[in-house]
Amino acid sequence: MTDSLLEVEDLKVTFPVRGRELRAVGGVSYSVCAGQTLAIVGESGSGKTVSARAVMGLLPASAVVTGSARFQGAQLIGLTDDRLRQYRGADIAMVFQDPTRSLNPTMRIGSQIAEAVRAHRRVTKAQAREQVTELLRLVRMPVPERRYVEYPHQLSGGMRQRVMIAIALACRPKLLIADEATTALDVTTQAQIMELLLELQAELGMALMLISHDLGLAASYADEVIVMYAGRIVEQAPASRLFTRVRMPYTQALFEAIPRLERPAHAPLPVIGGRPPDLAALPAGCSFAPRCRSAADDCLAAEPPLAEHEPGHRWACWHPCGAGDGDAA
Amino acid sequence: MTSGEPLLQVRDLVQEFTVRDRGGVKGGTVHAVSGVCFDVWPGETLGIVGETGSGKSTLARSIVQAPRPKSGAVLFRGADLVALRGSALLRARRHVQMVFQDPFGSLDPKWRVRDIVAEPLIAYRAGDRAARRRRVDQVLDLVGLDPSSHGGRHPRELSGGQAQRVAIARAVALSPALVICDEPVSSLDVLIQAQVLALFERLRAELGLSYLFIAHDLALVKQVSDRVAVMYLGKLCEVGPGEAVYRQPLHPYTRALLDSIPSPDPAAARAATIIGGEPPSPIHPPSGCRFRTRCPRAAERCAAEEPALRELAAGHSVACHFPLGETQR
Repeated sequence: MTDSLLEVEDLKVTFPVRGRELRAVGGVSYSVCAGQTLAIVGESGSGKTVSARAVMGLLPASAVVTGSARFQGAQLIGLTDDRLRQYRGADIAMVFQDPTRSLNPTMRIGSQIAEAVRAHRRVTKAQAREQVTELLRLVRMPVPERRYVEYPHQLSGGMRQRVMIAIALACRPKLLIADEATTALDVTTQAQIMELLLELQAELGMALMLISHDLGLAASYADEVIVMYAGRIVEQAPASRLFTRVRMPYTQALFEAIPRLERPAHAPLPVIGGRPPDLAALPAGCSFAPRCRSAADDCLAAEPPLAEHEPGHRWACWHPCGAGDGDAA
Repeated sequence: MTSGEPLLQVRDLVQEFTVRDRGGVKGGTVHAVSGVCFDVWPGETLGIVGETGSGKSTLARSIVQAPRPKSGAVLFRGADLVALRGSALLRARRHVQMVFQDPFGSLDPKWRVRDIVAEPLIAYRAGDRAARRRRVDQVLDLVGLDPSSHGGRHPRELSGGQAQRVAIARAVALSPALVICDEPVSSLDVLIQAQVLALFERLRAELGLSYLFIAHDLALVKQVSDRVAVMYLGKLCEVGPGEAVYRQPLHPYTRALLDSIPSPDPAAARAATIIGGEPPSPIHPPSGCRFRTRCPRAAERCAAEEPALRELAAGHSVACHFPLGETQR
């Protein structure tokens, strides 16, 4: 991993809510390299989507964003919408969870993709049409010529998501952010779309950022995995390493909670009690401490910093699993 | 487990809906459930797996006669719910309860938790006011909610997991024998999902419940079910003990579902072949085997002749002309 495409440093996002400050993202740093697949995993409210949207400048005006996000060296945080638009949709593109709501129901598929093509490039109508057909072919859309004149409601969920990907790829982005892009899809369709994304990544040499609640999906498809909890990164490691040498008890809990085919029927499920903390009233120490099996007094007193304890493996925990007192717990 | 009489016997259940085009002209018939047969034994959990549009939710609703199926029989403790009317149906259905996917959609937002849980007791005139109050406290406690603090709240003051617990408390208030769960944990985060699944398992053991557990996630279903049935486009394609369905799937569609589940272990190879295409429309289901349009093993016979569900191993049945043998596994 040599040249980093996107470098995020100490990104913080807060929202004022009824006089209180809701800390959605509390200082995250990471980088995405060209051609890499990075997954950001977390539950609802962990800040995974907000941090990506902050980078893209897609948060409501009430959000207070600080920190830095550099794309190929250029600072994105604080840019005006006009300036950001040079990057957004061109160099960095995004695919969202719900293709039905992201597509205009009254516009033909072809025109919607053409709109994306023409937003960033001066091309004639005929050229645009040609490029749209090519994009539809690129996302392996069956009978692309026919899809061109169809409306979103005439397509299935999987095909609509292919259209969204075609739109995202219109300007051949260097970074594609897929925010829960397969969550609304059936498992066989999800497998198709994930394979498509990885194939396209290899074909076009783009970096891929997968935002997902599904650690299984992330570990299965990404090179590198970041786990977020209550607005902070709690663990980061290469996917292969994370699975075999998980350190943060929260990541461990996530792994254990994934339904496994190997588990016999009615086997007792490992259960972690409680729920994520209120982001407007975060505890003093580690946010996960109240639910953690290995929590001790020091966990409640001070927040553990995220540090690279082993080469390529960062975690934020005073008592990591599989190391000294973490084992005993 | 399988002693005496089955608790629920579903025989040749058919449910169809007419869709109308503009102007009320009959546009076609949706073949949602087309001749489904299965048994649920006392104390058993039967899992039903299917993708969007497979008819699994329609099947659940047809069993409780909401709405009534087009044809077939639903024998609960020997009484055919399809043939019963009025108060006789109400009496017979008392011991069959349902839990739905979206707790906020299935709980009246204007009611307090206590009243929501008491509603079935009032509907069936179970006990006097004091007895009902005691029962509400008892079941709230049973599902892990505090009657004094949660009882007075409205659904919006609860988290998703808590709201689903209320829905479960309501379902078990009348001491049912069978609880039909339709995607009961799909809307929850993975750690909360594990908590609610553990609750279902505890109630099963403590109250001797039987479940019809319907979900799209095969790994999740297998974890809580004694037997698993796989549904595709309104028909069952495979039924068997969970372990056998996973270790030795007989239907190519089951194989495809198993292959599509992402493994959290990056060392586990991703499936070499991912099944293509999407389920056809239930308005025009394919002739013969409904899976044949996507099946890698399909032959002429599959289009001409509909495969019947037949038992190939003890308790393990498949509806396929060319079931997967041990060698092709």
